Amino acid sequence: MTSVHWVLVLPAVGIFVLAGIPSLAVAGWLNLLLTFAELLAALALGWQVKQSGVLVLPGFYIDAFNVYLVALTTFVGFTTAVFSRPYMAELVDKGLLSRRRMRLYHAMYQGFLLTMLLALTTNNLGILWVSIEGATLATVLLVSLYRTPEAIEAAWKYFILCGVGIALALFGNVLVYFGAQPVVTHPEDGLTWSLLYPYAEHMNPTVMSMAFVFLLVGYGTKVGLVPMHFWLPDAHSEGPTPVSAVLSGLLLNVALYAVVRLKMLASPAILAADLPDLPGLLMMGFGLLSFSVAVLSLHRQRDIKRLFSYSSIEHMGLMTFAFGMGGPLATFAALLHMLVHSLTKSAIFVTVGHATHIAGTQTLEQIRGLIRVQPGVGWGLLLGVAAIAGFPPFGIFTSEFLVLSATIQHWPWLTGILLVGLGIAFAGLFRQIHPVVYGPAPEGQRPVRANMLPVLIHLLLVLWLGLAIPGFLAGWLNEVTQLLVGEGLL
Amino acid sequence: MNLLHLSLAEQGIFVLAALILLASFFLIAQVRLVAAIHSFAWQGALIAAVTFLVAGVQNTPHLLVSAVLTLLLKAIGIPWILHFLVRKMGLEREMERLQRPALTLLVGTGLVIFSYWAVLPIERLEFGATRNIIAISLAVVLLGLWCMVARHQVIVQVLGFMSMENGLFLAAVASTKGMPLVVELGVAFDVLVAAILFGIFFLQIRENLTTLDADRLNRLSEKEER
Repeated sequence: MTSVHWVLVLPAVGIFVLAGIPSLAVAGWLNLLLTFAELLAALALGWQVKQSGVLVLPGFYIDAFNVYLVALTTFVGFTTAVFSRPYMAELVDKGLLSRRRMRLYHAMYQGFLLTMLLALTTNNLGILWVSIEGATLATVLLVSLYRTPEAIEAAWKYFILCGVGIALALFGNVLVYFGAQPVVTHPEDGLTWSLLYPYAEHMNPTVMSMAFVFLLVGYGTKVGLVPMHFWLPDAHSEGPTPVSAVLSGLLLNVALYAVVRLKMLASPAILAADLPDLPGLLMMGFGLLSFSVAVLSLHRQRDIKRLFSYSSIEHMGLMTFAFGMGGPLATFAALLHMLVHSLTKSAIFVTVGHATHIAGTQTLEQIRGLIRVQPGVGWGLLLGVAAIAGFPPFGIFTSEFLVLSATIQHWPWLTGILLVGLGIAFAGLFRQIHPVVYGPAPEGQRPVRANMLPVLIHLLLVLWLGLAIPGFLAGWLNEVTQLLVGEGLL
Repeated sequence: MNLLHLSLAEQGIFVLAALILLASFFLIAQVRLVAAIHSFAWQGALIAAVTFLVAGVQNTPHLLVSAVLTLLLKAIGIPWILHFLVRKMGLEREMERLQRPALTLLVGTGLVIFSYWAVLPIERLEFGATRNIIAISLAVVLLGLWCMVARHQVIVQVLGFMSMENGLFLAAVASTKGMPLVVELGVAFDVLVAAILFGIFFLQIRENLTTLDADRLNRLSEKEER
């Protein structure tokens, strides 16, 4: 077995083992251990790819692009498991969750990681679809974990909207397969990435543009692009907090990964026929729309988790916009943004989880004076929000600055929209969060046992990426940029 | 394209595709819950028949596997699960009054015309005979979507969702001789899990809201003070 297989076998085993362990303490630690082992396997895989370049195994295709997301996915999976162990145990102690439900939670946590890692590593566009749908099914169970009417409703909306979206993506896949038939030697190979990509220019441009429209709408639903985003705030606000963290930090990335991969496939055929780059333009349009709608929505949120889920839509929109713009600078920026956004957003959700436990509610107006009550949580939230709003020295400032520079280069008249949008988002976040962290604490809020280590690690990493991107990582991202747009930035 | 120039098998595929489209319309218009489940089951059986036919003509054994799978899953398995749930919840006599039946069906017809229009660019490709099938499968997908919008009964909405999957399957089978087997197995697995999850959800929604009307799922929004 190579490290690819280890990356996938560990969570697969985890599903069955964790479903069968009745002891909560054992299951929590085992979950932590498994995610740590997955992280080690992913790092080994990264090392292997670094040494040998592209890795093609039967059924798997690993290049610089997906291995970087595999590493990110397992890392956030691990730190979230560190947070989830005591957090979920506390919910069980309070009687909000039964022990049987916790077995489901742990099994589905691993199931979710499995489907996402499979989506990233597979060589087959069909399997990519199957695993993203699988991720939906696993997270539906996680979102509905509390079984309150609101949780059921959120899970139902999520299920239906993403189900419909993903069905449209399947139609796109069928069209890709249809369009690939003339270029592949064996009809079965029509969805195999490594055999398809070299011939991307020779595919039929009409079929590929139609396929991309369906794929963008389909996977875009999971990215949370407006107007298919309605599931996202509900699922984030009603699910358990660790689930919100992995949804925002990981699932959206994987869906965006699928969109970008398919753009790589569709664009060459369309450009070879001297048509305008429809995939890029569509992604820019959807991205900009999502960004604008999300920044305006930030102002009218009453629920702290909904607030940050709209912020996720904003950032995913920005990334989609940058990937759509293409060119080395924008692509490098989008890749960096993917990384720093995942780290920051999962850190924020971890902090928000503690904050809601302190206040006993998710309503923004009732969470007050966190710094007085528990300085660790308060400062964590404040710094997290500063990072996500794009304050220098944090990494998001760097990536947003790069996106803006690329926009000034290629689409100068869009710069204004982005700048104003970033300003509105900044105001929206701080207007809402300022009274939450400062000011006097109301009666009845008392400190909880909080494990701020994951938050600290994430924010330090984001800070480090903002001050100085380490050479190997910059080289790595540069390699991915080269892979995506043909030329590197550095 | 002259229909008489097609082989018998191709003509058979066209007839079956037309019946599949008809089943979609039945699904939209059926007010009785049990009858709607039956039209979904018929659609599944017709899809399985198309798959058998294509497998026989093209001599592709892996399509036989997926034909059997479709028959077991879409024509028997899922309808049976839904039937069981309906009986368990005592909804056999459940009827849903369609708000505007004529308008609903007219929109459906419009969707079919739109699908033919949308696949016009593909018509100019060399594989001429398949554009009809792609148009019909796109129409079945869109009609499934329309069913989810137009109907308020949660179970009928799920039937619409599943019939979208049927349309996709038809596109895959009839236009490209089926996707690779591993993909089809994966899709079938996902559909099965989805059906089971839907069942769990029906019970949960029923327990929490005492009704299966989707209009009642409206607690979550920004405006509301919660």
